Amino acid sequence: MLGGALRRRVRWLPFGLSDAPLSRLLVGVAVVIVLAMIPMLDRNSSHISAFADTGYVMILAFGLNIIVGYTGLLALGFAAFFAIGSYTYAFLASPQYGVHLSFWPMLLVSAAVAAIFGLLLGAPTLRLRGDYLAIVTLGFGEIVPQVFQNLDKYTGGPDGIAGIDQPRLFGYAFGFNPTPYYYLYFVIIVICLVLLNNLRNSRVGRTWMAIREDELAAEHMGINTTSAKLLAFSLGSAFAGVAGVIYAAKLSTVSPSGFDFNTSVMILAAIVLGGMGNLIGVLFGSAIIGLLNFFVLPQSSNWAHSLGTALHMDFLQGVDLNAYRFMIYGIILVLVMLFRPEGLVPSAARRAELHAEQEAGAGIALQEQAEFGADIP
Amino acid sequence: MTDPVLSLHGVETFYGRIQALYKVSLEVREGEIVALIGGNGAGKTTTLRTISGLVKPAAGSVIFCGHSLTGVSPDAIVRLGVVHAPEGRRIFPRMTVLENLQLGAFARGDAAAIADDLQDVLALFPRLKERLAQKGGTLSGGEQQMLAIGRALMAKPKVLLLDEPSMGLSPIFVDTIFEVIADINKRGVPILLIEQNARKALQVASRCYVLETGSIVKEGPAAALLNDDAVRKAYLGED
Repeated sequence: MLGGALRRRVRWLPFGLSDAPLSRLLVGVAVVIVLAMIPMLDRNSSHISAFADTGYVMILAFGLNIIVGYTGLLALGFAAFFAIGSYTYAFLASPQYGVHLSFWPMLLVSAAVAAIFGLLLGAPTLRLRGDYLAIVTLGFGEIVPQVFQNLDKYTGGPDGIAGIDQPRLFGYAFGFNPTPYYYLYFVIIVICLVLLNNLRNSRVGRTWMAIREDELAAEHMGINTTSAKLLAFSLGSAFAGVAGVIYAAKLSTVSPSGFDFNTSVMILAAIVLGGMGNLIGVLFGSAIIGLLNFFVLPQSSNWAHSLGTALHMDFLQGVDLNAYRFMIYGIILVLVMLFRPEGLVPSAARRAELHAEQEAGAGIALQEQAEFGADIP
Repeated sequence: MTDPVLSLHGVETFYGRIQALYKVSLEVREGEIVALIGGNGAGKTTTLRTISGLVKPAAGSVIFCGHSLTGVSPDAIVRLGVVHAPEGRRIFPRMTVLENLQLGAFARGDAAAIADDLQDVLALFPRLKERLAQKGGTLSGGEQQMLAIGRALMAKPKVLLLDEPSMGLSPIFVDTIFEVIADINKRGVPILLIEQNARKALQVASRCYVLETGSIVKEGPAAALLNDDAVRKAYLGED
């Protein structure tokens, strides 16, 4: 009885959730409740801050997943759009120019500005394919932080911009307390998930996937591939813009060093690890990379230090696992590529793609056999 | 005589500095199957790509039902009803047969008519009906070609451009595909057909153009070209 009820699909839910079986929805609701309670269970604010920062990794990964995962455009240097979002907010909500626009509308303004830069980069470069596009976007990712660093008259140079306004909601000031940022990221991630789940199954989502599968064939279907790719690029960048605003507000400061190549690599690692093109995979991948980066490595360094003090082992006190961050990403990526190239939670399409040779080979062989077999008396 | 559905007038197309087509003129009339034959590199595929807007002609014009297609974007040309099934099938290998067919109707907005056309296509290709949920890439070559043609039909073509539909197929499937082509034509869709298998193409076509190094060197009723000595020698492999 219960099993049947759990498998029944829920029809009345909005936002494209209605096709999920009840059991999966219940798991989702349980996860949401547990995650929402974390700041009440764990009162250590440095932990909450690490969990909150994981939020921006997730939003960035969602954005990059539209470009790389759905549409199949290998874009590096994604941190550039994150930087553009952050600096847009910093310019318009800090003592730098004495402009103090409200945080909430700025989420949309920065998203729009990042999207426009996505278009500006996309328009001339999207006729490039594969590795060429990767190199151009890599260059863009290097140029943007350099520009913010060198235009010190306007951007504060290497020191960046400090004293950025922090959000207020109904008179409640967020300040430097990480808990409200945690909930803000939480709400925005849920909105992103609903949005992306619908987008994936929409007409636009299908055009992206058709382009990823075979761009020429997509063109033959009457898909305007240029505008579909531009849309992917600008929409993906808009996510980075939103992430940038919250990031800048939480730190209350931005500087070029926060948007270097390492950040771009981190985001790419997150979607490769989780499984490109699969929303749940990207969610897991970015959570793992974010938590590793902001929580596990710093915390385990601290544990090593305490252990060193307790055991009088001096070498443990000097351990800084943060320094090995990229070695650890590297090892993770190599292991994933070797043992699970489709990512931890692969999209069905990716899995098929990576194992296509065996499957297609077998299918065709069987079929040929059947066709010719009929001829043999 | 009524105006042709599709006509090319003095079309010249370049790839960079290399000229691929020299003053190509041809027409496809209501109810016709027109074959375009020629050797490798003669410009057959380029002719189709020029019609469907994937390459822009440097000179000449392409007229479809009174509209000039020169300068029109490829997606708008598909919406007008000029549908091109590309060489090498190019189905979406990681999508299911059904998804492939649905993408074929991408340029259309009439959901009810699309559902009807899906039934028609599946009636034409019962093999596809059995494999709706299967990934395109796991189909055999012949089935993939059926899917490619079915997908093109989903766009509700007013004229269908077929590029090498029999390429790489087993002899039985070649016959099946040509029967299907004749069948589609009987339902009222004019077809411009490129084929390496010139004999088959000439048997099914009403008229034929012969393309050599970018120029049309011969044209006429298909039956006449089947008996033309030069054509027999060059394309039908006879002495």
